[in-house]
Amino acid sequence: MDQIKVEIDGSEFTAPAGSTILEIARANGVYIPTLCYDPRLTPYGACRLCLVEVEGARALLPSCYARAEDGMKIQTTNEKLERIRKTLVELLVSDHPMECMGCEKSGRCELQELAQRYDITESGYAGEKHEYIEFSENPFVTRDYNKCIMCGRCIRICREVQGVGVYDFVNRGFEAVPGTPFERPMQETPCEFCGQCISTCPTGAIKARPYEGDGRVAARDILRNACAYFHMSEEEMTKALGLEEWKVRTTCAYCGCGCQLDLHVIDNRIVEVTSPLMEGAGQGNLCVKGRFGYDFVGSRERLTRPLIRKGKKFVETDWDTALDLVAKKLGGTKKKSGADSIAVLASARITNEENYLIQKFARAGIGTNNVDHCARL
Amino acid sequence: MTNTIDDLETAGAILVIGSNTTEAHPIIGLRIKKAVMRNDCRLIVAEPKHIRLCYYADRWLQHKPGTDVALLNGLMNVIIEEDLYDHEFVAERTEGFEELAELVKEYTPEKVSGITGVAADDIREAARTFAAADNAAICYAMGITQHTTGTDNVVSVANLSMLTGNVGRPGTGVNPLRGQNNVQGACDVGALPNVYTGYQSVTDPDIRKKFEEAWGVALPGKPGLTATEMMDAAAKGDIKAMYIVGENPMLSDPNLKHAGEALEKLDFLVVQDIFLTETAELADVILPSASFAEKEGTFTNTDRRVQRVRKAVESPGEAKPDAWIVSEISKRMGYEMPSLEPAEVMDEIAQVTPQYGGISHARLDEGVTIHWPCPDSESPGTPILHTKYFTRGKGWFCPVPYVEPAERPDEEYPLVLTTGRVLWQYHTGTMTRKSEGINELDPHGKVWISPADAERYGVENGVTAVVSTRRGDIEIEAMVTPRIQEGVIFVPFHYAESPANVLTNNVVDPVSKVPEYKVSAAKVKPA
Ligand code: SF4
Ligand code: SF4
Repeated sequence: MDQIKVEIDGSEFTAPAGSTILEIARANGVYIPTLCYDPRLTPYGACRLCLVEVEGARALLPSCYARAEDGMKIQTTNEKLERIRKTLVELLVSDHPMECMGCEKSGRCELQELAQRYDITESGYAGEKHEYIEFSENPFVTRDYNKCIMCGRCIRICREVQGVGVYDFVNRGFEAVPGTPFERPMQETPCEFCGQCISTCPTGAIKARPYEGDGRVAARDILRNACAYFHMSEEEMTKALGLEEWKVRTTCAYCGCGCQLDLHVIDNRIVEVTSPLMEGAGQGNLCVKGRFGYDFVGSRERLTRPLIRKGKKFVETDWDTALDLVAKKLGGTKKKSGADSIAVLASARITNEENYLIQKFARAGIGTNNVDHCARL
Repeated sequence: MTNTIDDLETAGAILVIGSNTTEAHPIIGLRIKKAVMRNDCRLIVAEPKHIRLCYYADRWLQHKPGTDVALLNGLMNVIIEEDLYDHEFVAERTEGFEELAELVKEYTPEKVSGITGVAADDIREAARTFAAADNAAICYAMGITQHTTGTDNVVSVANLSMLTGNVGRPGTGVNPLRGQNNVQGACDVGALPNVYTGYQSVTDPDIRKKFEEAWGVALPGKPGLTATEMMDAAAKGDIKAMYIVGENPMLSDPNLKHAGEALEKLDFLVVQDIFLTETAELADVILPSASFAEKEGTFTNTDRRVQRVRKAVESPGEAKPDAWIVSEISKRMGYEMPSLEPAEVMDEIAQVTPQYGGISHARLDEGVTIHWPCPDSESPGTPILHTKYFTRGKGWFCPVPYVEPAERPDEEYPLVLTTGRVLWQYHTGTMTRKSEGINELDPHGKVWISPADAERYGVENGVTAVVSTRRGDIEIEAMVTPRIQEGVIFVPFHYAESPANVLTNNVVDPVSKVPEYKVSAAKVKPA
């Protein structure tokens, strides 16, 4: 691929030809604010926050859209740009209930972060505010359009990435807002409940229903309020509190795509699942199973103690008794009828390390190659 | 997959055959959609029912279940007749072209149309589209393998890919989509009856010696039984005890009645799982294990990428990781495996498995992306296979004639039953059916039936119907839909209360031993 050289804020960077200015900046750790941008989507150029100044260009260019050209000299920040950005954020804040305390997105909200950066607590542009009711008619996706900033990311991700197209702007002018056709409940649309719209929404307008009710939600609220109060992101806050284990990176346990997951954990329970942006097979996208299908881990129906059959019933027992019995029975069968009278089924659900040990046990421990799993089923 | 999920986006054409990708592999489905929507990739879908991908397809070939070989031979017939194949690739990297050409000659689009029900011109156009692309990929799933002719189907797919020279570059390849999170890994590390880790044969004396040295015991040289053969042997009384870890054959096996009888007949059954599954209910001892969120390790996904699994929560009660449990049993039976951390077990795997030689938890934790084969710690892995040569050197065209499925519709059972997955649920539902929200959206299974058949057999939409085959019958709600062709019905297999596998046929492919889930003769009537 052809490479080009550009200068951003006085430093020189090389990048593949065809990259946008924003892509080059992000790849090299240069901050340019955005709101309507998501690397999973085609550029939209609506929020105008990413405007940059290019030497010799007649106007400011939206960096998410504008392709970099060889030799370009770009300024991402100066007084004029910052003034424009501040005004844009103030306008958005003017129609936004800035009650970050109590908002589920606090600490992860892109608008909150920008308001803090530009030191905006209340907008000087107080005007008419919207009042919408919250939609929570389905088990997974809650929508509160009072917090919508009209970036169109939900509409675009559902259409461009998921290929479904549940949302569109409904109403016109000041009343315009994303919505479902005829305000239908989401389960009556072709929605696949992938939650991609949740993952892209920059504010608290579209959010996931939590896995857990009760006290864990309260604990999470405290964390969010703390983020709002101390003007910190969730990342910074959890680090400061030594709560790194709040979020654990792992691999989805459902299908073979192997999407990367972040399990959010409070008090030994998974409360939410997200996926890191532009990593792994999903690049931040998941399906309904990966995003919402993990309540089984904390299910009350989980087996918690070894069980032994007594007639038609199972009775609980301790590990030693259960393991001794298994070893005795398998050992006895081997002695009486030979190792090949025993069969072992390993599993496509458990780890490589565990499968390795199980087949090793069958072959070296029992002495049979009768080991398989349900690859074919 | 010979290629990666990422590089699917760069394909100029993709043939999806026997895979309802957007439901069974949603994220790969997204990549295919992206290729079509953003990169002008041309999509051909060959599938008996109307799946969501059909909306994105240039052409939908609605062939009858079990006629894949005929369809693929038909495509190759056109490609050879119209001289659209890759001469250079065929000459340099393959053998057996003459034999293939000879065989597919018979499979004219007209003849194939008669077998598959796909219009001859659609076959021609699809063949031209596929052959015209610079890079063309084929994706398939269980719709190809779960037939008595599954091996033939796979071979035919490979033939088409080689014939058009679509091997070893981004956006090409033969890409089986593996259905379960770690089915690839389980195969890789030797949870198969005929091979140790890395597909090293148990019958090869040198390899056996290597493992005997590594494990410090004498090892059996006779290949073991496959899962389906185990059930047959148990039914006959040859297998007397079974140890089942994290599998639920009592919903996933074909012909459940047979599976149930087999398991009942065992002298001793141990089941190790996270829930009291249908299989566990038949056990003598049940051992509670840790879920994926409660332990460290790795999974290998369908594009051979080895990825970390990390502990996020503590197990409930006394549930333990499978590794601990199996080590304890082994110890008590007189074979003590060194007690190792998962990272150390991976080091042991790396020592005995050439493909995993350079894989370690430490490397993965640094954020390195590794697709095996990865022979040593310097190797970056191998995202695309067969870039220069095939495993056996030259690719071998193996011509395969079309053979009908084992069971064909007849007067008594006039319909073809096919089974599969839906988006909402996973496999036997052990996990997804514990999720409240998912079950609110998808409370129970439905049999898909065409309007014409519904009318003929008096079945109504939304009303319970009885589906029967020679193996048994189930009650299940009917969904009357034009998305399925006349003469075919579809039942998803996730639901314990309407278990599709009561119906399926436990005949298997002679080579791969995969059962024919995708074709059984069936009938329906109102309940
Ligand atoms: S959950 Fe997925 S399908 Fe449903 S509206 Fe959001 S993006 Fe669209
Ligand atoms: S999130 Fe969905 S697509 Fe991704 S691995 Fe999990 S089940 Fe598969």
